[in-house]
Amino acid sequence: MNTLNTLTTTKPIEDAAAEARPLVEIRRVRKSFGAHQVLRDVSLAVPAGTVTVLLGPSGSGKSTLLGCVNHLESIDGGRIIVDGELIGYRQAGHDIHEMTPKQIARQRRDIGMVFQKFNLFPHMTALENITEAPVGIAGAPRAKAKARALELLDRVGLADFAKHYPAQLSGGQQQRVAIARALAMDPKLMLFDEPTSALDPELVGDVLDVMRELANEGMTMIVVTHEIGFARGVADQVVFMDGGVVVEAGRPEDVIDRPQRQRTRDFLESVR
Amino acid sequence: MTTAPAAPAAPSTAPGAAPGFGAAPESTDDDVRAIPLRRPWRWISAAVVLVFVAGFAYSVFTNPNIDFAAIGQFLVDPRIIDGVWLTLLITFIAMVVSTVLAIVIAAMRLSSNPVLTSVAWFYVWAFRGTPLLVQIVLWGYLGLLYEKLSIGIPFTDIVFWQADTNLLITAMVAGILALTLNQAAYSSEIVRAGMISVDEGQREAAYSLGMSPLYTFRRVLLPQAMRVIIPPMGNETISMLKNTSLLSVIAVLEIYTQATVISSQNLKQVELLIVASIWYLVMTSILSIPQYYLERRYGRGTSRNLPPTPFQRLRQAFASRRPGPEPAPETKAVSAA
Repeated sequence: MNTLNTLTTTKPIEDAAAEARPLVEIRRVRKSFGAHQVLRDVSLAVPAGTVTVLLGPSGSGKSTLLGCVNHLESIDGGRIIVDGELIGYRQAGHDIHEMTPKQIARQRRDIGMVFQKFNLFPHMTALENITEAPVGIAGAPRAKAKARALELLDRVGLADFAKHYPAQLSGGQQQRVAIARALAMDPKLMLFDEPTSALDPELVGDVLDVMRELANEGMTMIVVTHEIGFARGVADQVVFMDGGVVVEAGRPEDVIDRPQRQRTRDFLESVR
Repeated sequence: MTTAPAAPAAPSTAPGAAPGFGAAPESTDDDVRAIPLRRPWRWISAAVVLVFVAGFAYSVFTNPNIDFAAIGQFLVDPRIIDGVWLTLLITFIAMVVSTVLAIVIAAMRLSSNPVLTSVAWFYVWAFRGTPLLVQIVLWGYLGLLYEKLSIGIPFTDIVFWQADTNLLITAMVAGILALTLNQAAYSSEIVRAGMISVDEGQREAAYSLGMSPLYTFRRVLLPQAMRVIIPPMGNETISMLKNTSLLSVIAVLEIYTQATVISSQNLKQVELLIVASIWYLVMTSILSIPQYYLERRYGRGTSRNLPPTPFQRLRQAFASRRPGPEPAPETKAVSAA
């Protein structure tokens, strides 16, 4: 997992030893909001079956970067490749051109995302939240999708809450339903955008447990979080971002316990 | 207040605890009932209002100038009944078409295309800024503006279909047109407010699951917007029903026009106005029933437990001995983690 940032050394695209090619490749991505440049030339690789934690102060661009990976945010330059497929764009000549919403929607099916504010659909029960996309988008038979949803709810410890509406659930329960909802599409990659930041402290543990279990099962995950303990215990790779650039990346024991850069040290000091 | 405050109970607080904290000393003197304030003015004000209401009712029902027999007779007069049906028909058509139009205008207004946005804004500005009565009369005079109406490609000679304006735009069509176009302006603002009320995170969540923009609108955004849209649209429907009476100025035979036509012959103006009013009340009362059920449907998930509908309550009362259906899940939001 320490084969990081070796992207510029052009590797043969044909899959020579499937493990050698990372599942997610972020290459020289740039993005601005107006005059403000949020991402400056960010490159990153996430090997399949590993967990990458993005750390950094607010405004460092880590959440924006996450949004670029499933094209909820467009990019100004560079490339994002998931499982060999260019995300949100197609290559035409030298430049890349944005796809139609329909094509992008097709790509997003394989990338699950969990949000800080859960964003469950309030007019649907927990079960309906989970089955909506498999039935309506992927065309799964309703009975099969329901069985799978109940199985997922059981897995996140909410088997008894299938018929509850989001307003009847606590924050921690809502977030676990949101994880189950994303998993129902059988994604090959899961993105977590500060999944525990909106939770009461006593509810954080349940959500982190679910994520830890998911990581143990071999799910590829990119996690934006301030939970240093989670990063140290679960991450294969920790990336520290600040000011729209990757300041430092490496194994958690290196980045968290022996940070090389002063900026990393200052940040870790402040969240500890 | 006979006894002095009970002597402090034996200090049971742990050593080291600050004095004054922990359980207060208890006394049997404190075991008292708390009696709420009496409010005599409630009774007095209710009595005064009741006297006035009774006086008004008496003055109406004993008034020799009101022919109650005529009211009963004209309430079911075939001309009045025809007027009722026409009123309902116009209301229905105008509301359905204007709502479709309103969704289009709201979508234009919310789009990022500046031309569409400004046209939509101009539409709302023009139709909301002029009196409905003026618009109705204007549409009635459409034949003066355009002798013929045609469908074709603008600025070319290509015409697919053409008709004489006065044959096509009857008073009824002009009336429906006026009500529809005016209502669309108001409804579009309601639809727009509903769309804005949905959290942006909902769209992101839907997109992240692979939903297309159209699917997201239909299954995620619209149902949530409906919760905000339905109550004011209920009001608009009731306003529309009453505004149909304005069509009397272009002689559309809805209920108010029918009532005035009859009263101009038999000179029982007040009686026929009462007849029309009774029918308006009946119609508006009936219209609020679907609103109640629509609000419940789109309120799912917002109030924690919906109260039973009147029908459900009735059924419960009859079937209280039979084992009921599976109860709704309890709302132990946090405790049962």
